[in-house]
Amino acid sequence: MTAQPAATDDLLSMEAVDAFYGHIQALRSVTINVRRGEIVTLIGSNGAGKTTTLKTISGLVRARSGRVMFDGTDISRVDAYRLVPRGLGHAPEGRRIFSRLSVFENLQMGGFTRKRSEVNEDLARVFQLFPRLAERRAQRGGSLSGGEQQMLAIGRALMSRPKLLLLDEPSLGLSPILVQQIFSIIQEINRQGTTILLVEQNALQALNVAQRGYVLQTGRIILAESAADLAANPQVRQAYLGEI
Amino acid sequence: MTRQRGTVEDSETGATALGSTDRLFDFFGRHRSVAIMAAMLLVAIALPLIVLAPPFSGFNTQGVWIDNFNGAGIYVLLALGLNVVVGLAGLLDLGYAAFFAIGAYTYGLLASSFYGIHVPFWPMLIVGALVAALFGIALGAPTLRLRGDYLAIVTLGFGEIVPVVFTNSDALTNGTNGISGVDRPSLPGIIFGASNPVPFYVTMVVMLTIVLILLYRLQDSRLGRAWMAIREDELAAASSGVNTITTKLLAFALGATTSGLAGVFAASRLVFVSPDQFGFTVSFTILAMVVLGGMGNIWGVAIGAFVVFIVQSVVLKQLTNFLQPLNIPFLSSIDFLQYQFLLFGIALVAMMLLRPEGLFPSSRRRRELHTAQGDDLSSPQESAEPLT
Repeated sequence: MTAQPAATDDLLSMEAVDAFYGHIQALRSVTINVRRGEIVTLIGSNGAGKTTTLKTISGLVRARSGRVMFDGTDISRVDAYRLVPRGLGHAPEGRRIFSRLSVFENLQMGGFTRKRSEVNEDLARVFQLFPRLAERRAQRGGSLSGGEQQMLAIGRALMSRPKLLLLDEPSLGLSPILVQQIFSIIQEINRQGTTILLVEQNALQALNVAQRGYVLQTGRIILAESAADLAANPQVRQAYLGEI
Repeated sequence: MTRQRGTVEDSETGATALGSTDRLFDFFGRHRSVAIMAAMLLVAIALPLIVLAPPFSGFNTQGVWIDNFNGAGIYVLLALGLNVVVGLAGLLDLGYAAFFAIGAYTYGLLASSFYGIHVPFWPMLIVGALVAALFGIALGAPTLRLRGDYLAIVTLGFGEIVPVVFTNSDALTNGTNGISGVDRPSLPGIIFGASNPVPFYVTMVVMLTIVLILLYRLQDSRLGRAWMAIREDELAAASSGVNTITTKLLAFALGATTSGLAGVFAASRLVFVSPDQFGFTVSFTILAMVVLGGMGNIWGVAIGAFVVFIVQSVVLKQLTNFLQPLNIPFLSSIDFLQYQFLLFGIALVAMMLLRPEGLFPSSRRRRELHTAQGDDLSSPQESAEPLT
């Protein structure tokens, strides 16, 4: 590992990060890296620390020790709102769309840190990815279906034109067809040049679209392999892919 | 892209077919500041004329009505300011009257014979507003990290503390007795007085017009959107790049500023300031006005405050006077003024059950729908245009 010059390729790296909620330790020496252009997935069961990992990256939770490097700089102590213009997009867990604002306003908020002229371009891109949102642009965010809300959450995060997009459980609560659709859109977003760190419970789908994956268990990274190797790993198959 | 371009063309061809009234609306839609000025001018002229006609003429003389309107204007200002905090930014402030008190006392102390200092009214309007804003920031800075209920409790405490401080600082503020002989505003050739409420009325109309224009522009600005995002979901707002602490602080400061303005005006109108003018009931009344009018809707809140004030200080009083001599059993023996908070309570409960969005819910969404189509494509520089 250390001999490889590939380390400069890292868009994101977490180095031995510990994070706490009060006295409860949520992350134990988590070390991960995401290279430019990759889709990397973080899988694990409930309470393993997946969401906390994303929140620690995007500045919503502070790392108590260790370091988070993004695009060549240490962001461990940087406030969440300052990371958005630097190219870090976070579609948080549970969608968290602005329910009383319209779809258009939600997307406009996503482009909050960008210039008005750029926002139009990004808006066109999001509407191209999610034609459904274009149809519903004047509708209140809260009145959308679950799948549409998920699209809106992803679209909103894309509006800041992130280099790295953090997606937290985008398939949660969606029908199987919608899950397929969301995952193919995730791949499309990646093809258009956005690096993605994907947190999922739906390990099968996640490993399908990702190049590499990490398995988190009670705040620790227990496995770090290529997605194909993880999908073939009997331990993973048993624990997360529902095989006995 | 083609879809959107199509929409713009549609609306353009539609525009040629507009009637003259539509064109007027279109004009005012584009030049909202002009529209606000026109509306305020109309209302300001209409109100004193309407009260000359029955049944209003039976309640009061025109002079008293205008004086009541001045009182109503104070509450409209207060409600507009609180609407920024509660309606736009979603921060529940239960002690808003504290900033009202600070504005009023700033003027009372610096423009009366109490200290023998007589700073003129006009610069004091700005000073009072700024002092209130400073207190808004001083209260906000340590407390805005709190969420929801906790913030409400802290503001409630602040609202109680401020009048108590004014009560107990005898040497500095004359305690319970308050400060009397506060200066009236002065302009060459114009007398501001209890018997001549018109100059106050004009002043209030001008102040309200300016505040309304500023608030509308703020609401549609980047800051306004940030407030609404925080109201909807603070974490998501932060993830969208909103500096939530500063943004909330600005809402608090701006609300306090408006309240300070109202305070200076109120002190000069009554020529008297005392701590009991700023109790919890005042905070509560303003909050009720905001809720009844329709949180987040500027016009709704303004109308709500106006109506509530007039009902409270004119209709209830006159209803009692009107019913008493009629000798109707039960009804004639009610002193409606005593029951105003009961009526308030009933109105609020009914409102939450029947129409939780308020009497005049925000029509913003409809307008957004309208402008959303052209907004992003046709006029990206719209907000930079001079609208006045």
